[in-house]
Amino acid sequence: MLKVQGLCSGYGRIRVLEDVSIEVAEGEIVTLIGANGAGKTTLLMTLCGKPAASAGSVTFQGKELLGMPTWKIIRQGIAHSPEGRHIFPRMSVLENLQMGAQAADPAHFKQDYERMLDLFPRLRERLKQRAGTLSGGEQQMLAIGRALMGRPKLLLLDEPSLGLAPMIVRQIFDIIREINQKDGMTVPLVEQNAFHALKLAHRGYVMVQGRITMAGTGADLLADPSVRAAYLEGGA
Amino acid sequence: MNYFLQQLINGVTLGAIYGLIAIGYTMVYGIIGMINFAHGDIMMIGAFISLIAFLVIAALGVTSVPLALVLVLVCALFFTSAYGWAVERVAYRRLRGSFKLAPLISAIGMSIVLQNGVQLVQGARVKPLAPVITGGIELSGAESSYPVTLGWLQIVIILLTVALMAGFTWLIQRTSLGRAQRATEQDMGMAMLLGINVDRVISMTFVIGAALAGVAGLMVTLYYGVVDFYIGFNAGMKAFTAAVLGGIGSLPGAMLGGLLIGLIEALWSGYGSIEYKDVAVFAVLILVLMFRPSGLLGKPEVEKV
Repeated sequence: MLKVQGLCSGYGRIRVLEDVSIEVAEGEIVTLIGANGAGKTTLLMTLCGKPAASAGSVTFQGKELLGMPTWKIIRQGIAHSPEGRHIFPRMSVLENLQMGAQAADPAHFKQDYERMLDLFPRLRERLKQRAGTLSGGEQQMLAIGRALMGRPKLLLLDEPSLGLAPMIVRQIFDIIREINQKDGMTVPLVEQNAFHALKLAHRGYVMVQGRITMAGTGADLLADPSVRAAYLEGGA
Repeated sequence: MNYFLQQLINGVTLGAIYGLIAIGYTMVYGIIGMINFAHGDIMMIGAFISLIAFLVIAALGVTSVPLALVLVLVCALFFTSAYGWAVERVAYRRLRGSFKLAPLISAIGMSIVLQNGVQLVQGARVKPLAPVITGGIELSGAESSYPVTLGWLQIVIILLTVALMAGFTWLIQRTSLGRAQRATEQDMGMAMLLGINVDRVISMTFVIGAALAGVAGLMVTLYYGVVDFYIGFNAGMKAFTAAVLGGIGSLPGAMLGGLLIGLIEALWSGYGSIEYKDVAVFAVLILVLMFRPSGLLGKPEVEKV
């Protein structure tokens, strides 16, 4: 579904990604793990056109994405829930969800909206509240819900567990599993929480200093001694 | 008391005009963080277009005042919108993402271009327009020593402003475009990640701001009866002061600030000295910047994350 080949990218003169190639098939959860600053977030952002790639290709359902402006890439059927959540703090929860649906057919709004509130019951209680006043976990739920409101075929999730309590993290991971299994959503997932992410994912990639150094099924990577040593020992 | 009432009426009228212009400043600042110094000159363009449109419509033999007003309003809205769009497209868009001063300097340049362009085409002399709307309601009794009048024109200006502000508030709060504008203002990168064409949203912001300034230009033409190429500077600075007083970036703030600046100017002219009315207004700007830089209705700086 998504094919990334030889992708290079960075900020100004600083190169971050070096010759990155990954593939994501329809219906898969594919996780990308790696240390801080490895370039995981940059990879997801480059897929969306910001920063612009300096070399390589990104095809989504056979269509080349590189060179398109961000808003057009998103309208191909991709949603991105970025690191740090980036909900609109001075808009209500409802308005945040409406913003998520901006790229979708308005005819689906009512149905999608009810589905989000079923998926995240906490948001139902807070519809009129300013999103900036939500707790961190609620904000993360809103960010994912907002991304899903665009009816994406591919959901890019960047650090959905960042800074959240373990119980909330479990809830969020359950929901990712649910939308994957029930709706067949394809989810490239970037995570610091390698243990949870690898358990959830069908496949995974390990990124070190802007390069993909290892690939395999979630279970294989979990069992791999070098992955264990680098990302899991003491962390799980 | 009568004198005070009269100054109050004049102040509210002026304030309505400043408020309409101030919205354009504050909206653009909110979304792309720049002060569009050419905005006052868009108002001036609106004033000239109104003047020309009145003359053309009169030459065509339209005698109905309401019809003429509506036609002129449509002309002013159309042309100033086009100017607003073009100014952003030509002078600001390419500078987005460059250092912060670049669009500001470009805006000053654009202001000079607009002023001198109009001066070149229309001449530097003041252009008069015969009063279109005359008369009014006498609010005080005939025996009163100081008559208070509420002019029909003042009524038109105030009602039109209230209607425009209500419509504008509705647009920002309830429509999909308004939501996209607020989202872009709060987090431009995220708006893009939701499939918003941010360039288009910014263009529309300039168009809406310019259209409101264009209506203000029409009001200035009618109210003062004279226009020249330089009126945009002074009115623009006052509207900018209004936007700062209300809290730059805040839309209700711009409306409130406009009203207050209009009142300050009118009352100062009435009770102090009319020569120093601009001093009073800009002293307010300095005081606000010194003691309450976020303005009366400015947004709180801190948000929970």
